[in-house]
Amino acid sequence: MDLFEYQGKQYFARYGIPISQGEVADSVEEAVAVAERIGYPVVIKAQVQVGGRGKAGGVKLAADRSEAELHASNILGLDIKGHVVKRLWVERATDIAKEYYASFTLDRAAKQYLSMVSARGGVDIEQVAEEEPAAIARTHVNPLDGLDLETARDIVRRAELDEVAREEAAAILVKLYRCYVDGDADLVEVNPLVLTTAGRVHALDAKVTLDDDAAFRHPEWEELAGAAEMDDRERLAKDKGLQYIGLDGTVGIIANGAGLAMSTLDVVNQVGGSAANFLDIGGGANADVMADALEVINTDQNVRSILVNIFGGIVRCDEVARGIVTALGRVEEGWPIVLRLDGTNAAAARQIIEDYGSDRIISEATMLSAARKAVEIAAAGGRGERS
Amino acid sequence: MSIFVDEHTKVVVQGLTGSQGRFHGLRNRAYGTRVVAGVTPGKGGQDVEGIPIYDSVEEAAKEQGADASFIAVPPRAAADAILQAAAAGLRLVVCITEHIPAKDEAHVSARLVRDFPDTRLIGPNCPGVISPGKCNIGITSGDIALPGGPVGIVSRSGTLTYQALHELSQQGIGQTTCVGIGGDPVPGTSFLDVLEAFEADPETKAVMMIGEIGGDAEERAAEYIASSMTKPVVAYIAGVTAPEGRKMGHAGAIVSGSKGTARGKMEALTAAGAVVAANPTEAGEKMVEIVRALG
Repeated sequence: MDLFEYQGKQYFARYGIPISQGEVADSVEEAVAVAERIGYPVVIKAQVQVGGRGKAGGVKLAADRSEAELHASNILGLDIKGHVVKRLWVERATDIAKEYYASFTLDRAAKQYLSMVSARGGVDIEQVAEEEPAAIARTHVNPLDGLDLETARDIVRRAELDEVAREEAAAILVKLYRCYVDGDADLVEVNPLVLTTAGRVHALDAKVTLDDDAAFRHPEWEELAGAAEMDDRERLAKDKGLQYIGLDGTVGIIANGAGLAMSTLDVVNQVGGSAANFLDIGGGANADVMADALEVINTDQNVRSILVNIFGGIVRCDEVARGIVTALGRVEEGWPIVLRLDGTNAAAARQIIEDYGSDRIISEATMLSAARKAVEIAAAGGRGERS
Repeated sequence: MSIFVDEHTKVVVQGLTGSQGRFHGLRNRAYGTRVVAGVTPGKGGQDVEGIPIYDSVEEAAKEQGADASFIAVPPRAAADAILQAAAAGLRLVVCITEHIPAKDEAHVSARLVRDFPDTRLIGPNCPGVISPGKCNIGITSGDIALPGGPVGIVSRSGTLTYQALHELSQQGIGQTTCVGIGGDPVPGTSFLDVLEAFEADPETKAVMMIGEIGGDAEERAAEYIASSMTKPVVAYIAGVTAPEGRKMGHAGAIVSGSKGTARGKMEALTAAGAVVAANPTEAGEKMVEIVRALG
């Protein structure tokens, strides 16, 4: 789960990482009220999960009430690369002397955590990473050793942060590490980590991605999830516990396993079609899950055919077949379903489908032929016949 | 020959009394795998269709002479289960559990490196390992595999592993061993480990490799193929049409910027001398050609 900046900052604050004083605002009135409360000048920041919001006019400095009003009303509703701004973060403006960069993530190749710190933070960090990789101090952290203050001091020294900033930056780095590990984040990134003209160091931005698989030990995440940017299809899918990503095509996809689902998208594309979604019913799929998956896809206005591609392993094909039959019993109208089943209990599954005898289900023997059929039906506007 | 497992492998199933463990553990036994014990804390002394249950892996391993474990426990118990198996001295641990927190995986990985270097972990979040006709540990449907070789399969994706087995078996091409390494960010066994084992296995004559978007494991495999692999490799990478920045189902599969794209991986593998196929069916067809040419 990707957090908004304001959520990331609140998450940072839980771990003692200093942030600018600020509050969330959902309207111009609220934004002004916050600004009055914390005192001018303030920075008004669009809360969207996309980069480049500053260049798009989504971050503005306000010196007084009228400026706060003006900027808040301009930014709310602003469309930034397809993300419409619904929420603002209003914080006390900072006198910036220097902009640094700090992050923790997993280095999969090394199977260790990776700390990256640079004295060259700010909007161009990606360019710095590409052109001057030496300007970023990369340090592996063994999960068994953790990160102590001594190592953190060494990291900020190697990153060539200004001397005056090093002690506070090192302390923040240790807290950021705790936030990353204890907070079960896949990524914590502070860009910029600023040195103020007063010689203090704090986080001016926050990018946090939480590991959804750790949600069971973080009941406090529940409220964070409510604010996530999702379209209606994605929200319905999430409510039903499905791994779903909405796309723009006409062939609805249901598959088990991320690899097979991705491969199904690829094959649909190769035979001239386009997928409406990625939907992985996962390893624990049963009849209910399958019925939920069909329900979610049926809400997609663009869909004209549904391709169900299942290779049973932990998933049992007969359960999938029962799910389809259950779903068709629940929802009378719907697009044709092209079905390809192999693997665990596939024979029993085919029998269930045959016994059900619906015109809406077209069975195909291979992934490729099933993709062709589904694309053909979608191209014909959803009309298909049993082959 | 096979890699990692064979007809002598004795398996203890951690979580045999749970629904998944029971279904797949019994199915593995029905396939001919020597499933010698189950482990569920607090249920020692019971049995599942004649398979004795123990409270700990250590006990089960000592009593039954097990050398491998099949872990089918819920995500929150998985990290401890893996370490318990390693501490009991088992040389192979296959963990099918999905949705284990990344921090738990990183911690387990570091513990294995430091304290249990002789234990090989396959997975987590993987279909397991099957040496057709000899041993099947995990959730792969044994009837889609064909004994006798000469192809070794290694795959990051569960269901595409079955697809690969199926494509070859349909064409009458057998497999020496098929290893699903799993798609999580910190897999216990990498492409590299499996490619090395296949390269060293005299009965494996060619290797099929199934990768997907995200990370750089395929690129690293490509380096090994270029520098050290004498056997032909057919590769397929899933996710050519995956959108950037979205996790495709599990944490491993994500394209970030220019990193981890299917195209980049396909190019690296092609440059390394592997035959790269556009879809699983084509991968099967290319492998059939290679095997037939081997004679």
